[in-house]
Amino acid sequence: MLSPVILIPAVLNGLLIGAVYALVALGLTLIYGVLHIINFAHGALLTAAMFAAFFVHRLLGLDPYLAAVLLTPLFFVFGYGLQRFIIAPAAHGEDRNILLVTLGLAVIIENGLLYAFRADTRTINLDYAFRVIDLGIVFLAVPRVVAFGVVIVVALILWFVMSRTDTGRAIRAVAKEKLGAELSGIDVAHIYAVTFGLGTACLAIAACLLIPTYYVNPQAGNAFVLIAFTIVVLGGMGSVAGALLGGLFVGVVESLSGLYLGESLGQLGIFVMFILVLLFRPNGLFGERI
Amino acid sequence: MTARLLLPLLLVVVALALVPAVVTSNVALNFMVTVLLIALVGQGWNVLGGYGGQYSFGHSAFFGTGAYVTAILQVRYGVNAWLGFALGIATGALVGAAIGAVSFRSGLRGSYFALVTLAFAEVLRILASVTPITGAGVGTLIKLDLRPEALQFQSRVPFYWIILALVAISLIVARVIEASRFGAWLVAVRENESAARALGVNATLMKVSAMTISAAITAAAGCFYAQYFLFVDSGIAFGPWISVEALLAPIIGGIGTVFGPLLGALVVKMLGELAKLVAGDAPGLDLVIYGCVLILVVAFAPRGVGGVFHEFYNFVSRAWTPAPTPMRRRDG
Amino acid sequence: MTKVRSGLDRRDFLQTSALGAFAAVTGIVAAPAVLRAQGASVKLGVLHPVSGALSYSGQQGRLGATIAIEEINAAGGIKALGGAKFEPMLGDAQSTPDGGNAEVEKMNAAGVSSIIGGYASSICLAASQTAARYDLPYLVDVGVADSIVTRGLKNTFRFGPGFGVIAKTALDNLVTINDQAGKPAKSVMIVHEDSLFGSGLAKLLNAQLPGRGFEVLETIAHPTPTRDFNNVVLKIKARDPDLVIPADYYNEYVLLARTMQQQRVRPKGIYSVLGGAASSYKFVKEFPEAAQYIMDCNHWFDPRNAKALALKKKVEDKGQFYTYEVFMNYSCVLLLADAIERAASADRAKIIAALESSTFAGHLMPYGPTKFVNGQNQGAAPVNTQVLGNDIQVIFPATFASAKPVFPMPRA
Repeated sequence: MLSPVILIPAVLNGLLIGAVYALVALGLTLIYGVLHIINFAHGALLTAAMFAAFFVHRLLGLDPYLAAVLLTPLFFVFGYGLQRFIIAPAAHGEDRNILLVTLGLAVIIENGLLYAFRADTRTINLDYAFRVIDLGIVFLAVPRVVAFGVVIVVALILWFVMSRTDTGRAIRAVAKEKLGAELSGIDVAHIYAVTFGLGTACLAIAACLLIPTYYVNPQAGNAFVLIAFTIVVLGGMGSVAGALLGGLFVGVVESLSGLYLGESLGQLGIFVMFILVLLFRPNGLFGERI
Repeated sequence: MTARLLLPLLLVVVALALVPAVVTSNVALNFMVTVLLIALVGQGWNVLGGYGGQYSFGHSAFFGTGAYVTAILQVRYGVNAWLGFALGIATGALVGAAIGAVSFRSGLRGSYFALVTLAFAEVLRILASVTPITGAGVGTLIKLDLRPEALQFQSRVPFYWIILALVAISLIVARVIEASRFGAWLVAVRENESAARALGVNATLMKVSAMTISAAITAAAGCFYAQYFLFVDSGIAFGPWISVEALLAPIIGGIGTVFGPLLGALVVKMLGELAKLVAGDAPGLDLVIYGCVLILVVAFAPRGVGGVFHEFYNFVSRAWTPAPTPMRRRDG
Repeated sequence: MTKVRSGLDRRDFLQTSALGAFAAVTGIVAAPAVLRAQGASVKLGVLHPVSGALSYSGQQGRLGATIAIEEINAAGGIKALGGAKFEPMLGDAQSTPDGGNAEVEKMNAAGVSSIIGGYASSICLAASQTAARYDLPYLVDVGVADSIVTRGLKNTFRFGPGFGVIAKTALDNLVTINDQAGKPAKSVMIVHEDSLFGSGLAKLLNAQLPGRGFEVLETIAHPTPTRDFNNVVLKIKARDPDLVIPADYYNEYVLLARTMQQQRVRPKGIYSVLGGAASSYKFVKEFPEAAQYIMDCNHWFDPRNAKALALKKKVEDKGQFYTYEVFMNYSCVLLLADAIERAASADRAKIIAALESSTFAGHLMPYGPTKFVNGQNQGAAPVNTQVLGNDIQVIFPATFASAKPVFPMPRA
């Protein structure tokens, strides 16, 4: 039954959804690679961004893709502020405290949204959401193709920022050798906050790409967190290229294992792979770090 | 192990044992059972995370194993509940040893270790949600049978004794570890693994042993949960909620201390109740308050609530003992 | 110097937290006393998962229950108790069994006469069992697991249908609808979520459908949440079944239906069972095209019942959707009020006895007079609905039907 007729579309679908996973993972891997913290608030921040995209559409009538232009800088500032004025001062630089603070933030964001907007699942009905590109044997959903393109562009920009700009060099310096960077005059607290801001900005874009075909409720973002962690590990923690390739790879693996094992058991494939990579190639399949 | 070390422990347990005599309200009793349950899970995490320095995000793997083994043995194989309870703990320990051996032998530490435990817990959750023996998506319901032989009781009080006894044992275990050579080695590995290895400590063995003990304690909590609520499904047993509770209690209470998890569980659960009182019936608002207070606690008590007590105690004892220049000593 | 300052801060903090702890303890102990002090009223526990994963359903359930309570109070309360008002005690099960359990303990301590709600089977199982310790009447609003009423708990009653009845009705009605249309559907694919209701249903359908002239081509289980349904739809497309039977929660159902529309997959019929979205006004309003002609076998109000329609208007005027949680909980409160009226007492044992002998017919559901046997309402059964135009019509059984089924789906 697994003829090319079904295999090829499955692989293509996997690549398209994998791109969105990659974007969520990009935010996570940046934050991890530089701050060396596991950000428990990542899913909640994604949910918040999805709510923002939803309401920008509902209240201002702005198309989600245009909303990204507005929300990305906004969420950058939000992320910057969170790290600079809440996480860093509250955590006193202790890893375990950062865990708790991001956990606390996740609880606050998720339930604040629940309190403000109730638990209703919200969707946007856009006419292009149902448009497809007909490739003969497969229909590709237009929003997914758009998302794929945007993710590639975002990854390229991010890569450029990291490797070609002063801020990027400073981020890499802090990631590699915090003390040395500090001694050479880099404002570490500022760089930390910039990184957290970049990671949060990625989520804003991801939210705008997801909302045309997905839904939002106060729990919606959590569905993407575990898979994003998997990608971060596969790609090597802190690697931009790794997160992109890892995302695409996980998308295809998820798609194929879902096809062979069924959707429920198919999730198993991802975690087994995750464990194996951690055990045998803890630096990730795609090696290099930022 | 001296009596002096065990005395505070004994005092706390006796004080807790007096609770049912003083408090007749079942609300309070049920509240205390929940606190002790989380304290137990937290103590399990603390043995590995606190003393061993290995932060696990997947302690639900052990909690769930305990819960499922207890439930399945009774429901499907007619095994006596008490025996099932013991076997649940043993299986949990085995799972802990296995995951520990695989992870530590590969040299995983820090966030890598945290993530691998999370993945193992997820694998177990998915397996439990599809395999027939666990009841798959339907879950496993233990038959209501209110007899002490079936480890079910009409009153809440016997359950309170059981969970208190388990917590008492876990406190003793933590204290014994602290005072033992094993504990010293474990702390050495936590502080500086390569130095410990250079001194001839078998670090991997230390960590795997700690994980086994840790898993057994957490599995006991899972067994208790199954017996108390008589129902287990994959989300309850292996869901991330219990992994989070497991690390929350000891970190809030004071990581790597005997009473940290108990104190932390009490604080965390009280915060939850307090937030509910303040927030009223608005859905979510209580958890917003809870989250805010959590961050404030971390901000103002970075070494855990236990750390605050400790400092306070030091402050008071210094105030009582005349010292030449107490203020300067505090500064220094 | 900084250390001294922070030391003082910590002391302040300690005092504050000690005060807080004291307040919490006294709060727990004092709350019941305060509640008891209030005059002639009947306390009613209203338990739902209003936060956490099930919060939408929980909030809808709470809405239905509180509207009913307000209406009863406005109409003069419980007559047999001299017009005593219902005093609701709202509880949040936080979407977990232990959360539900803790709330039942509090409700019991506050002296509630009875409890309604629970919503999810796992919460109902734990909560009703705890209530049983205090012989506290527990009326399950939705929870469909059959085990809820087969444990021999005297205090536990379920107004709605259990899983076995739902599955059997769904199957019988499917066969009838297909027969009436001249048997256009022969092959079936089942798409279900992998927890209690979806898996249980899939198992039953797989056992029963072949004997009734259907071939089950494939059964696809998926977890909740599932992020992407493209693969599932691909499989449906490849096998090309006459009928797709989804059993999913709302969010996944919406994603599935939208993906099917997107991928241009149109079987002869979509027949869902307790399909989260198929009989949801929200879905019909937001995705009229994807929802069109979908059939569902679900909890539904009696469309000829004026009270049910009045409630629909009331809920919609509040800006909410009229979902099954609303009218099920509303009906449960009415049922309970009737029992208390007949018991002429807020005494728990008397309420249980009154529920046992209930013949209450003033509810919104097409169940007929209530009759509990071992806690299960015998008349409870789901009905079949279909999305036609911008509305949801009852198409089966004929006694309640407001429209004729359109099956197979007309090709666009």
